[in-house]
Amino acid sequence: MSERVGVYICHCGSNIAGMVDVAQVAEWAKENLEGVVVSRDYKFMCSSLGQELIEEDIRKEGLTRVVVGACSPHLHEKTFRRACANAGLNPYLMQMASLREQISWVSEDKAAATEKSKLAIAAAVKRVQLHEELEASRVPVNPTTLVVGGGIAGIQAALELAEGGHQVYLVEREPSIGGHMAQFDKTFPTLDCSACILTPRMSDVEVAENITLLSYAEVEDVSGFIGNFQVRVRKKARYVKEELCTGCGICEEKCPKKVVDEIFEAGLGYRKAIYRPFPQAVPKYPVIDRENCIYFERGTCKACEKFCPTNAIDFEQQDSFLDLEVGNVILATGFDLFDCTKIPQYGYGRLANVFTNLEFERMCNASGPTEGKIVLRDGVTEPKSVAIVHCVGSRDKRFNPYCSAVCCMAALKFGHLVMEKTDAEVYSFYIDMRPNFKDYEEFYDRLLEEGMHFVRGRVAEITDAARQPGEEGKLIVQVEDTLIGQQRRVPVDMVILMGAMEPRADATEVALKFGISCSMAGWFTERHPKLDPVATMTEGIYIAGVCQGPKDIPASVSQGAAAAARVKSLITTGSVEIEPIVATIHEEFCSGCRICNDLCPFNAIDFDDEKEVSVVNEALCKGCGTCVAACPAGAITGAHFSNEQIYAEIEGLLLDVISGNGSGRVREPELAEA
Amino acid sequence: MRYGYYPGCSLSHSARAYDVSTKAVASAFGMQFEEIEDWNCCGATEYFSLNLTAAYALVGRNLALAAGQNGFDQIVAPCSACYLNLRKTDYSLGKYPELATTINQALASGGLSYEPGSVKPRHLLDVIYNDLGLETIAAKVTNPLKGLRLAPYYGCLLVRPELGERVDDPEYPTSLDKLLAALGAEVVDFPLKTHCCGGHMTQISAETAYELLRRLLQNASEYKADAIVTICPMCQLNLDAYQGQVNRHFGTQFNIPVLYFTQMMGLAMGMDPKGLGFGQEFVSADGLLEKIGQEPEEKPGARPRRRRDDKSLPMPKVKGEG
Repeated sequence: MSERVGVYICHCGSNIAGMVDVAQVAEWAKENLEGVVVSRDYKFMCSSLGQELIEEDIRKEGLTRVVVGACSPHLHEKTFRRACANAGLNPYLMQMASLREQISWVSEDKAAATEKSKLAIAAAVKRVQLHEELEASRVPVNPTTLVVGGGIAGIQAALELAEGGHQVYLVEREPSIGGHMAQFDKTFPTLDCSACILTPRMSDVEVAENITLLSYAEVEDVSGFIGNFQVRVRKKARYVKEELCTGCGICEEKCPKKVVDEIFEAGLGYRKAIYRPFPQAVPKYPVIDRENCIYFERGTCKACEKFCPTNAIDFEQQDSFLDLEVGNVILATGFDLFDCTKIPQYGYGRLANVFTNLEFERMCNASGPTEGKIVLRDGVTEPKSVAIVHCVGSRDKRFNPYCSAVCCMAALKFGHLVMEKTDAEVYSFYIDMRPNFKDYEEFYDRLLEEGMHFVRGRVAEITDAARQPGEEGKLIVQVEDTLIGQQRRVPVDMVILMGAMEPRADATEVALKFGISCSMAGWFTERHPKLDPVATMTEGIYIAGVCQGPKDIPASVSQGAAAAARVKSLITTGSVEIEPIVATIHEEFCSGCRICNDLCPFNAIDFDDEKEVSVVNEALCKGCGTCVAACPAGAITGAHFSNEQIYAEIEGLLLDVISGNGSGRVREPELAEA
Repeated sequence: MRYGYYPGCSLSHSARAYDVSTKAVASAFGMQFEEIEDWNCCGATEYFSLNLTAAYALVGRNLALAAGQNGFDQIVAPCSACYLNLRKTDYSLGKYPELATTINQALASGGLSYEPGSVKPRHLLDVIYNDLGLETIAAKVTNPLKGLRLAPYYGCLLVRPELGERVDDPEYPTSLDKLLAALGAEVVDFPLKTHCCGGHMTQISAETAYELLRRLLQNASEYKADAIVTICPMCQLNLDAYQGQVNRHFGTQFNIPVLYFTQMMGLAMGMDPKGLGFGQEFVSADGLLEKIGQEPEEKPGARPRRRRDDKSLPMPKVKGEG
């Protein structure tokens, strides 16, 4: 082996050096590993001085290979590749060993961690000598963007892009955009009307020339890669011809079938079988809910068709499919509300006057089922006392360990609205009050002054079983008041459960479709929790709003704008570098069996009919290695992941157990000493 | 279906009605309940508070006997306290090997030994609800309990302690509710279904127990329950035998029969009430027996059609219902 390898061990401050004897690892590498001509340790390899160290060695010592033992390649692979390139070395001749994430951070025994680090370095040194020079290619970025989800985060992202002159497809599952924000009455802490600030944005979307709004539609399939995605969208049959419909609303008026609206009205109100979720819906076209339509059920009725002045009703309409080409994707798919019936002792679904936060939002809303009147389930009686229960399904190990972030402020808002609209006493039962952003604490102070009662303690039970005088006919909130250290029973007329935000029921499915990952809870995972909150580990796919984790409206809007900005910079650059890590099929060994053709998850393998061999499309190939493993003739190699490279890496990792190796059994140093 | 049967002290004395109705129902379904020979007391609620090791040894003996006799791998206890003690012992011996060693030393003096996990202690309700299943039970119902409003009462010992797998929701169990509904009865959504009956407090601090009993009786009568249906002899004894004293203490006039769920099952399956232990209760169930089959004054279920001027808001949709 004639390669000249340089090994660089990073201290990462005390992150690595605190658990690994870095000097010993560096020294050991030079003495024991074939090909190593320089081996150094340094406080911060990623600093410019650290990088210069590598560059200088490449020039002076004539290094042909570089190994950096530092953090995960996710963080600094680019940095060190660039350093190599600066010194004239092909960047793919550098290999990183993750001493921090995979060793020092997860070890408690310094000696063992040091030994393990030696093996990780050995693996990298053996592997890197088999690396080949690779050249990255650039591909153009399609300037059109797909935004999935028409809540406030998705709307913001779409508008930002459209205002910058870029084409956007906005796909929304429901008949109208607006998301959860459209359901709310007021927004905290300023108490401005949610619809008043949202609907102008919605109409901006409607009129924006650059936005193609695909409502009542869902993404079926995604393929391709950054800059060049192919997306198939299913446009569900509305049974209404959009080109003819004027949105006059006569069909809704005449439809004889009334059903409970489980989505927009959160189950608290009714809609017709042909409906728009709310009057300001965008687009203005209604949809027929096939499951509840009398015509689809019994074959007669067609009242909507009879009364439609423009003949826009079409019962024969079918789902249609659109194939879109986009360069980037922004996911803003939002959240579902926690199913409060999962905590039966809180009585939701059994006790009529227990409501969820979303139901209460609709109740407060002037265009909601009660026209904004705060009343009990009978629809007429005004409550004289209201209990607001925090953390229902959140901060609870049985359901969701996380804090749902917005409920404290929403509860304060509810308290204000109840006191403004009724004479009721309001009790908030909280674990910790968390009004933690701009003007939020002040809002809490305001509610304290307005006379809202605060009881610190998690509610044990809500019951209608009266025990003491004064409890008859009431809902009794049983709670331990942890500030006075006593059990309390608070009789009230109405209870509002602050249900947690949960990932969409199909979040994992959606993540899989777009090739991104989810947290344990089901929130989409950002590329970096602090420094890259809207990108994902998949290039070209961005996330915004609550689908990434619970957050309020200002934070969702910020993320929508941030994601749009990320996409804009790619569009402006116009092209993107593609890693040269792709599969290659060696024609002379290919039998033309075509097994790889169907296996490729990116549809990157075509079949050459003339030569009767399979061919990899390098622009589509992601270098996943599926075909390499599957090829029965061993005719496919994966660049940067050849069998020889992998075997060499394994050999390095097993250095201590391979007999006859000069380095001996390094995993048992005490044995060697004895 | 073959099970080791651990009746416990109550069922051979104060809760004979539970014993006879359990046996009658079990045999009707072809379940073989074979009594553990030479079983001893489970230590009830007191012994575990006085001498833990001795208490484990006491219960361990029952488990060892069950495992030894014809190799039962499941043991059924109709009493919630017996069930809990058996379950707790099996669980703790498995979790703390040192304890298991100590207990086995004690058992060895009687020529016995017990391997934790070899016998699974189960409550009667769990066995009937899960092993038979509602469909099988409903198929045997010949005299549906129409017209009866029943309050299902679980007490605290069956569902509360978390010892490995749970039998039902600890806060709001529903298996007994569903079972009684399958018998054709109208089931009260009883809010106090897992609240305490006072246990042995009747002996220690009667007033404390009376207050706990009053809450249960008052709530059941507010819900117009014709009977409270229990799964535990302690609960039954307290609510039934002390009902008169509660009435004297508070000046109330509660008159609610307290019956075992197996008695209700037997009734619905057309068995003779006498053979199910009816008549042994303090608060007579005669009125209740007469009521079966009578049409209730108000017809429950069918919701009236929504009137045009009805402003009421829809109730939330609950998963798995209508």
